[in-house]
Amino acid sequence: MKATKAKKKEYDDIPGTIVFDADQSRMGYGINMFCMSLLKEENRKAFKADEEKYLDQYKLTPEQREAILKRQWIRMLELGGNIYFTSKLGATDGLSFQQVAAKMTGSTQQEYADMMLAGGRPVKGNRRKSEWEHK
Amino acid sequence: MAKIVAGVGTSHVPAIGAALDNGKTEEPYWKRVFSGYEESKRWIEKIKPDVCIVVFNDHATAFSVDVVPTFALGCADEFIPADEGWGPRPVPVVKGHSALAAHIAQSVILDEFDLTVVNKMEVDHGLTVPLSLMFGQPEEWPCKIIPLAVNVVLFPPPTGHRCFALGEAIRKAVESYPEDLKVVIFGTGGMSHQISGQRAGLINSKFDKAFLDNLTANPEKLTKMKHVEYMREAGAEGVEMVMWLVMRGALNTNVEEVYRFYTVPASNTAVGNIILENRPESRARATAKKPTRAKKVAAVRAKAAPAKKKVAKKAAAKKKVAARKARR
Repeated sequence: MKATKAKKKEYDDIPGTIVFDADQSRMGYGINMFCMSLLKEENRKAFKADEEKYLDQYKLTPEQREAILKRQWIRMLELGGNIYFTSKLGATDGLSFQQVAAKMTGSTQQEYADMMLAGGRPVKGNRRKSEWEHK
Repeated sequence: MAKIVAGVGTSHVPAIGAALDNGKTEEPYWKRVFSGYEESKRWIEKIKPDVCIVVFNDHATAFSVDVVPTFALGCADEFIPADEGWGPRPVPVVKGHSALAAHIAQSVILDEFDLTVVNKMEVDHGLTVPLSLMFGQPEEWPCKIIPLAVNVVLFPPPTGHRCFALGEAIRKAVESYPEDLKVVIFGTGGMSHQISGQRAGLINSKFDKAFLDNLTANPEKLTKMKHVEYMREAGAEGVEMVMWLVMRGALNTNVEEVYRFYTVPASNTAVGNIILENRPESRARATAKKPTRAKKVAAVRAKAAPAKKKVAKKAAAKKKVAARKARR
């Protein structure tokens, strides 16, 4: 649980959205710095060669480690990751931003791409958490 | 004297860069995007700026979570296109204008903007995609570039109001630079998009169009918009649009919108492009100075009866003293 989050925030009410604020950043330092290291080609190779061993260099909780190894894209954000960092893990796997986004919404790449071509996800019905409760 | 002549607003979607670099510009999906920029490319070729100030955000490339500057001005002579995980984009090295950048940094800091000076910075798609969209694929970029990186990754970004005010300070700085330089300022990022979480893929064309309308005619209104409204209405990453307000703040109140283009989608994002040219302020200023009838009347009355007020004040003071004495 996020015991650190005491204060209610005005953006908590936006559905399907994890805002990367200072609290999330504090929690996710290890995830994000690991992802940052993947900007270097030699690090991408080393990570791919032995993921477990590579992750030993970073201070990660067991949950964070599992989320990275299992490519749980939403979980990584919940545990303090930021999309611009985790997308570098996506790039290491050969995934584009759109492919990572499709995975987070639980749809296939094709379904997601079709939704975007049809004008994207509408804002109507997607503004507040209460609008998602009856889905 | 250096002078800002126009502003450009444009999205900086990374997939656009990838499409260009991989020769996909003729594919129908991408042709729809690139054809919208043909007019803008012709425009900037005609304008021939000496320097472009490009307001963009770094996407965890130059700045990790170790250091997150709110506003960071690139004061180096050159900026190398970064490897963002897919290998560096095959685009020319970005040449800076370190003398003008240093001048701007000093000027805005003394104007109370606590800017970070950056003398070494690799630049990612946030900066290079707008250059590709506006200049195509040249051997060298045709002008000097001053990058201004704004934090929109770690919440909260600077407010739209603050961004607008920084634009005003940048304009003042540019206009106090002695060399004759023609400057264009870019605001980049947006438009509506969300690339994270289960709500990814959100697009709000109505919001985007209203934003573009207000950017030209009523930017004051946009400076009052809260981050949460951008995020709720235009997607978590739509908050990037505050960067367009730095550009708008650096222009005249009176601008002419000479071009606009909007399409959905490019990858996860709505794409917008707008060109605003400065027009003379004279008429607008003259009307602003003209006092209203009510103010004129008030001024005449104040002149006619200043003595009365003083007398009234003196009487009030005397009463107070009397009251204090009575209490004793």
